[in-house]
Amino acid sequence: MAVIGPSGAGKTSLLRVLGTALRPTRGGLTIGGSDPWRLARPALRRLRARIGTVHQAPPLPPRQRVVTAVLAGRLGAWGFWKGFASLAHPLDIAGARAALARLDLDERLFDRCDRLSGGQLQRVGVARVLYQRPDLILADEPVSALDPQLSDLTVGVLATEAQARGVSLVASLHAVDLALKWFPRIIGLRDGTIAFDLPPARVTRPMLRELYAAESRVVPTQDNEPVALPDARPRAVAGAPPLCR
Amino acid sequence: MSAAVLPVPRDPALGTRLVLVAVALLLLWPAIELAEFDPRKLADPGTLAVMGRFLSTFFPPATSPEFLALVLRSTIETLALATAGMTLAVLLGLPLAMLVSESLSTSRIGPARHAWLGLAARLPVRAVLIFMRSIPEIVWALLFVRAVGLGAAAGVLAIGISYAGMLGKVYFEIFESGDTRPARALLESGSARVHAFAYGIVPVALPELVSYTVYRWECAIRASVVMGFVGAGGLGQQMELSMRMLAGGEVATMLLAFLALVMIADGVSALLRRVLV
Repeated sequence: MAVIGPSGAGKTSLLRVLGTALRPTRGGLTIGGSDPWRLARPALRRLRARIGTVHQAPPLPPRQRVVTAVLAGRLGAWGFWKGFASLAHPLDIAGARAALARLDLDERLFDRCDRLSGGQLQRVGVARVLYQRPDLILADEPVSALDPQLSDLTVGVLATEAQARGVSLVASLHAVDLALKWFPRIIGLRDGTIAFDLPPARVTRPMLRELYAAESRVVPTQDNEPVALPDARPRAVAGAPPLCR
Repeated sequence: MSAAVLPVPRDPALGTRLVLVAVALLLLWPAIELAEFDPRKLADPGTLAVMGRFLSTFFPPATSPEFLALVLRSTIETLALATAGMTLAVLLGLPLAMLVSESLSTSRIGPARHAWLGLAARLPVRAVLIFMRSIPEIVWALLFVRAVGLGAAAGVLAIGISYAGMLGKVYFEIFESGDTRPARALLESGSARVHAFAYGIVPVALPELVSYTVYRWECAIRASVVMGFVGAGGLGQQMELSMRMLAGGEVATMLLAFLALVMIADGVSALLRRVLV
């Protein structure tokens, strides 16, 4: 499903709660039949290993090589020694390259992360989650640093991955057209509450205009976004601190 | 220009700065008095003569082959002592730093229901670190000389313990001052804490960790002289013997050996930084 809405609506907070990174101050959360905040430590760790998050600002160390950054996706599943052995010599080069190849980035396999552009870095973050093969994929504005063509490719890869493996994908997206194109369920979020929860065919233009009314008179889409939303919200750049909302 | 006719505004920070300087001077003066520091005494002809006689014995440095061989052996012993001591310090200090590091805390994610427990568990570890470094290495050396006898082993233990306290504190601060988001993201996707450290913190902090560790190694080389004076082996122990026999030339040779050691340490640090950054 895709979560859309103006900035400050609570998209990132929602994803962080789903990813067990943020404990809800009120209300409960059930993932896989249990409340993660009542689980014992090892069980919570196993649960977290099954959740993969694409962060808006990819949390990758600048000195780390791309291959290592991608392989780190499966650290939650690997044992103690395998994690360290892979640091000395990447144990699954083929797997990392396959994940990167789907995002058209396999030629940067052995480059250091600080040699990459913001958009490439964001795709490395996506590749890490693809390699992780989680049962729940969370993506917080996964294409905020990409041009429309690559955005389409990347969101498409995430959506087909989720569909092919039969796992859930929750993505917050700024560009409404991407959400409507790739996702079977659209949730409009405003001021922390659900404005609508519909399949894309039933989402209407007035609904969207209403959703974004406080932010702009134009509904944000990929092609007219830079023109239609001048300074409505700063474009996210790689390296910027992850904002809670 | 209209700006030219306006009165030049006063620097609003001026007052605060003057007060800070005054406070610093006020605090410094009693400290100088208490330390009985009087530069005039240095210029006293009597003092100068005493110092001159002491320094004149330093020249020429001793160069007899047997003595040089002894210095070489002691230098190598000092290097070994400092290196072994630092290895012990890293092995002790690094895990302690990881334990107190909040960026490697899983209970802070959320935060979890009993996050204060994790916070409380860190306090005793911090206390251990403070204890290890609050006792000067020379006191540790005196203690270990009694425990394991005269020689380098006591120096290794003394450096290992007291430097582990310093490394633990500074490592932990280096971890926290860097970008902690990579480690946090790994913990949030189920990594073990040691893996989050190796994949998320080390790549961020490595150059600083290495350069601080090499600097501490250099300090350990120097500290080993002082500890040698209480019998903890190395060049220091030889230097104490030479000083007691008033053999200034021998002391001078050993000081030159020290200079060489510190220069080597400096070179190693520069080289490692260039390779790793």
